[in-house]
Amino acid sequence: MHPAFSVIFFTVASGAGFGLFSLLFIADVFKLGGGFEREQLIIGGLMAMALVVFGLLSSTFHLANPKNAWRAFSRFRTSWLSREGVFAVLFMPLALVYLASIWFDAPLWLRETSGFLTAVLAWITVFSTGMIYACLKTIRQWNTPLVPANYLALGYASGSLLLLLGAVVSGLDTTPYIAMSALILSIAAVLKAIYYFWISSPGLGPTINTATGLTRAKVKLLDTGHTHGTFLTQEFGFQIARQKAGLLKIVVFVLGFALPGLMLVWVFNQQGGQVAAIVAVITGIVGAAVERWLFFAEARHVVNLYHGAQRC
Amino acid sequence: MRLGLVIDLDVCVGCHACAIACKEWNASGTTGPLSDYQPYGAEPSGVWFNRIRHYEMDEYPNNKTVNFPMSCNHCEDAECVTVCPTGASYKRAEDGIVLVDQDKCMGCNYCSWACPYGARELDRSSGTMKKCTLCVDRIYDMELPVEERQPSCVLTCPAHARMFGDFDDPDSAVSRTVRERGGFGLMPELNYNPTNQYLPPRSKPVIPIEAHPRGGLKESIKQFANKLVRR
Ligand code: SF4
Ligand code: SF4
Repeated sequence: MHPAFSVIFFTVASGAGFGLFSLLFIADVFKLGGGFEREQLIIGGLMAMALVVFGLLSSTFHLANPKNAWRAFSRFRTSWLSREGVFAVLFMPLALVYLASIWFDAPLWLRETSGFLTAVLAWITVFSTGMIYACLKTIRQWNTPLVPANYLALGYASGSLLLLLGAVVSGLDTTPYIAMSALILSIAAVLKAIYYFWISSPGLGPTINTATGLTRAKVKLLDTGHTHGTFLTQEFGFQIARQKAGLLKIVVFVLGFALPGLMLVWVFNQQGGQVAAIVAVITGIVGAAVERWLFFAEARHVVNLYHGAQRC
Repeated sequence: MRLGLVIDLDVCVGCHACAIACKEWNASGTTGPLSDYQPYGAEPSGVWFNRIRHYEMDEYPNNKTVNFPMSCNHCEDAECVTVCPTGASYKRAEDGIVLVDQDKCMGCNYCSWACPYGARELDRSSGTMKKCTLCVDRIYDMELPVEERQPSCVLTCPAHARMFGDFDDPDSAVSRTVRERGGFGLMPELNYNPTNQYLPPRSKPVIPIEAHPRGGLKESIKQFANKLVRR
């Protein structure tokens, strides 16, 4: 699949935003490391919301006819893309209620209930983002429950690194934040490893024989019938060399998981505190972006069978 | 009703006439225009509802060229409709035709990802998704003589490799042909239940490849003499 930059930015930014917001709620409930001040919670919450809003806006850049984008909320009952939009928009007012109840010192039940509901909604939204891809039977590399799991784990990993940076800047006891990041990062790394292992074996997918129905003999393409590229070759023809994909997987693990993990040790040992936390955030998010690029680049749509691929 | 096409892979000669007739009719039809990019330039490309590809089956001497026209299969379980967030894509209850409402589409490409058959193409100039309409603006046109109320591709095919009809009616020509010739839908394992059916190429006896043994000079003279002399 052709990796569209706007979609990569959208999923990485909104995933990090949703992750940050829900973890911020957890940090607030349990007063992790002493607990954030009122203003710090508000700033953190608004930053998370900004990430979500930027992500959503950038996702509209890949629409060819954005003036009809408002209609995307209408097929909530069948389409994961529609659900994702509805949940993301519902998230906003709920998140504002939570932040307002912090600001105005509302009764604890209101603060915790709205915070909990916001966190759940954030979780559901990221799950829906993953399901946009996972529900497609046409792309073997996406049609697996590991996809929403990966989207959640990576979103929350980026969010936890942002939260750690917040804790370092605010001068809190960082130990619980380091522990949280370390746990989420390792879960995300393991899930990603399982995913890469899973898609590496071809499985029982369609072949050029079932695609053409000519199942009695070997089938090969003679001519695609078009003079130059078509919509289909532009959208689905993208291919990445196996070697390059392997290299990028190493980059994903080094930037996305290993370096942030190493930085956690530095923060823990009080070496360089802020700088280490900033490096952790940057490498973590760049790693997630590379992961997202590869997620598209490695996906092989079955329409390629009609263009000569023997299997996808 | 469940309207669709039957395409005879044994008969199709791969002339692309159906694709041209399709483009000609639909460029001014309900979802027209079908934009072309650089039609006379170095890299001609554009929107088509129907594309013909060419394959080779098996190896010499059993090989056979199969010309393969493809358009929307108007699937029974059309995931392209399920995934569309705007409701622009829909499947008509009365005849099963899958259409895109050009006034509602936001051009997100999602439906084209869901289609296994490459039947949907985004038109860059309108920013909307376009696809085969089964000539919905022609098959119900009471102004046309009955025999012309068929999709353009079917009418135009010089080899008569295409048929149009109702698959819900077990006695329709399409249903009978599919039964008799062992018609099949493409990629059945994905469970889209495509309406369009393809008829398989017939197996033909292999043309012998051993050269006929040619005798020497003596044999030739004998054959020549045998032709002249009646015994
Ligand atoms: S062939 Fe593709 S576009 Fe047509 S109904 Fe089936 S899934 Fe939808
Ligand atoms: S491109 Fe148009 S028809 Fe296709 S899913 Fe998006 S809004 Fe629906």
